Amino acid sequence: MTERVKHTLLFIGVALLLVLEGTTSALGVFSGSWNSSLTILNMGLISAIMALGVNLQWGFAGLFNVGIMGFTALGGLAVVLTSMPATPGAWDIGGQRILLALVLGATTIGGAILAYQKLAPGRPRMVGMIATLIAGFFIYRMVLDPGVEAVESINPALEGNIGGLGLPVLLAWPIGGILAAGVAWVIGKTALGLRSDYLAIATLGIAEIILSVLKNEDWLSRGVKNVVGLPRPVPYEVDLQNDPGFVASAASWGFDPTTASTLYVKLGYSLLFTVVLLVLLWMAQMALKSPWGRMMRAIRDNEVAANAMGKNVTRRHLQIFILGSAVCGIAGAMMTTLDSQLTPGTYNPLRFTFLIWVMVIVGGSGNNFGSVLGGLLVWFLWIKVEPLGTILIEVLTAGMDPDSALRAHLMESAAHMRLLTMGLILLLVLRFSPRGLIPEK
Amino acid sequence: MDFLNAVVALSNFVLIPGIAYGSQLALGALGVTLIYGILRFSNFAHGDTMAFGTMVTILFTWWFQSMGISAGPLPTALLALPFGILATMGLLVGTDRVVFRFYRQQKAKPVVFVMVSLGVMFMMNGLVRFVIGPGDQRFEDGERFIIKARAFKEMTGLDEGLAIKTSQGITVVTAIVVVAVLFWFLNRTRTGKSMRAYSDNEDLALLSGINPERVVMITWLIVAALATIAGTLYGLDKSFKPFTYFQLLLPIFAAAIVGGLGSPLGAIAGGFVIAMSEVMITYAWKKVAGYLLPESLEPDGLVQLLSTDYKFAVSFAILIVVLLFKPTGIFKGKAV
Repeated sequence: MTERVKHTLLFIGVALLLVLEGTTSALGVFSGSWNSSLTILNMGLISAIMALGVNLQWGFAGLFNVGIMGFTALGGLAVVLTSMPATPGAWDIGGQRILLALVLGATTIGGAILAYQKLAPGRPRMVGMIATLIAGFFIYRMVLDPGVEAVESINPALEGNIGGLGLPVLLAWPIGGILAAGVAWVIGKTALGLRSDYLAIATLGIAEIILSVLKNEDWLSRGVKNVVGLPRPVPYEVDLQNDPGFVASAASWGFDPTTASTLYVKLGYSLLFTVVLLVLLWMAQMALKSPWGRMMRAIRDNEVAANAMGKNVTRRHLQIFILGSAVCGIAGAMMTTLDSQLTPGTYNPLRFTFLIWVMVIVGGSGNNFGSVLGGLLVWFLWIKVEPLGTILIEVLTAGMDPDSALRAHLMESAAHMRLLTMGLILLLVLRFSPRGLIPEK
Repeated sequence: MDFLNAVVALSNFVLIPGIAYGSQLALGALGVTLIYGILRFSNFAHGDTMAFGTMVTILFTWWFQSMGISAGPLPTALLALPFGILATMGLLVGTDRVVFRFYRQQKAKPVVFVMVSLGVMFMMNGLVRFVIGPGDQRFEDGERFIIKARAFKEMTGLDEGLAIKTSQGITVVTAIVVVAVLFWFLNRTRTGKSMRAYSDNEDLALLSGINPERVVMITWLIVAALATIAGTLYGLDKSFKPFTYFQLLLPIFAAAIVGGLGSPLGAIAGGFVIAMSEVMITYAWKKVAGYLLPESLEPDGLVQLLSTDYKFAVSFAILIVVLLFKPTGIFKGKAV
């Protein structure tokens, strides 16, 4: 069996799992609903894109990014800022102030950097820099706070944020990528070029901070009050059900209108996501095969040698770190579009950062197809570990008194099997098959 | 009088909580820095190691409470602590045998170790949630306060009260004892010296006949003790929630890096730098300013630089500044 056949079979296997999910509920694991199957597929496609982004960073360049959650959340924010209609009056009442404050904040940081570069090293430089920062911070807060208060007081039950630009939601996807890229540039500038662990810790930190900004800056993202009802790139189920043409064609396929409309919407998303995935995959493959990709791998395998060949290692690292983070941002925007709501409270590093890492490692780091496979497969497992865990616990405790407290506790805890299983899978793959399911060529 | 009131308010809301939190961070950062010095990687599972140790301690505390054993005015958790430490030692040595040793023999790159520690983190996190659940647990008992705010007011006649929680007192005392024992061990005993030698120069240490496996094992044992103590103290002071312990990873790493990774002294300094800045920047200074400034200058707002929700931003900002200007940290850690 050649490599190619084996890898194709792996993809067919994942497809088979999804088909089983859609058709049978006999085994107790599958639900037998196409709706659930498509839901898994859609999130799987998004996960595959995130895995592609991480694979760019880790597989191509050996950069360890544990802030994926932050970049995904930024993508989500981009959806709100791009596609929501602007809150009436928010711009005049406080929006301009906020923008001015943000510009002032950026100027302050710029001024501090300028002071650092222009002044001679020593005490005057330190004093100049710190004074700029402190003065800037107070001016920034003085300008910002009234604006924030004004914006947040507009109809706080429903709005209380500045809204967005009212552009088509699909535009939000590239904008999400750009936002993520901007933050990645800042992080990369500071942490790259130092030892590898520092990037990991810096990204871990920035992810937490992005999230606390989203949770607390109500004027921007409504915080934990969530932004709901984001525009969708696909039609609404209700509209479809009221469309006689759609109902008729659904009936001709043998579906009732409700099921048909939900399936239609989900299929629409699947199609969009698949297109994005294929485009990104193609780009990643082209990059991998190009001289640039070979250079990246050369740097990854031996930084000293690559440096000696005249390659600017830090600059290249920065470049690929930004690209990978942008891909994660795009995926984050897509995810928020799929949910059609931004819920900062639900972002969790275990789910949004570390799970993606499991996908990349299991799929095969350094291989783009591996990442896609890992994304789809591990997402399926992540969903299905919970029913599997419940079954397992049921079997294990079959002999116990059904009313015992221990059994009840174990059944209740079955949900936490997910983390345990994912950790185990990661460790097993790292140990026994570190190259993953589809190894790098 | 106003000045004294200001000092008391400052101690009550900033200094005492800051010192307690700093001690907890310092103990956590010591664990991270030891692993970094000896095993040469950043252990992402450290927060969850703390959670595991605390969990075992809590379970024993509950058991003791149900049997009616208590430590009088002190929290029962102190009696349960040794058992928590033993269980964590078992877990860490076991993890090293099953997981990390393989990569040591392979001489894997540090970043591979970090990734493996990620897997370990996942499993420990799952284990803790599996056993005790993801919710909040309080296990503090005994006397709650060493000095109550009202008693202090009556005693001194000041307007401001000063409250010292038992958990804060215990934290500081324990931290001092633990750090003293640790430094005595590292500087005076043969094993401690062999550990420092191994950390400074692996090859020379091997040449002079130091057994690396022994050094590594002892490191894990010490780290287990430090992590459990730090976790239990934090839990007594605030409360125990698995996810909070995972999030402690960021301030702990920041503390270790600010002090200089691999330097125990630096970890302690870093812990206090991070804790104090966090508390001071998120504290509303209105009260203190009200006592110190003349009436005309008194501020209207809370004079809070950042809301408490941004405490992670503080550790992060300090971390970034250190990485930019002094990547080896205050005490010149190593940069492998």
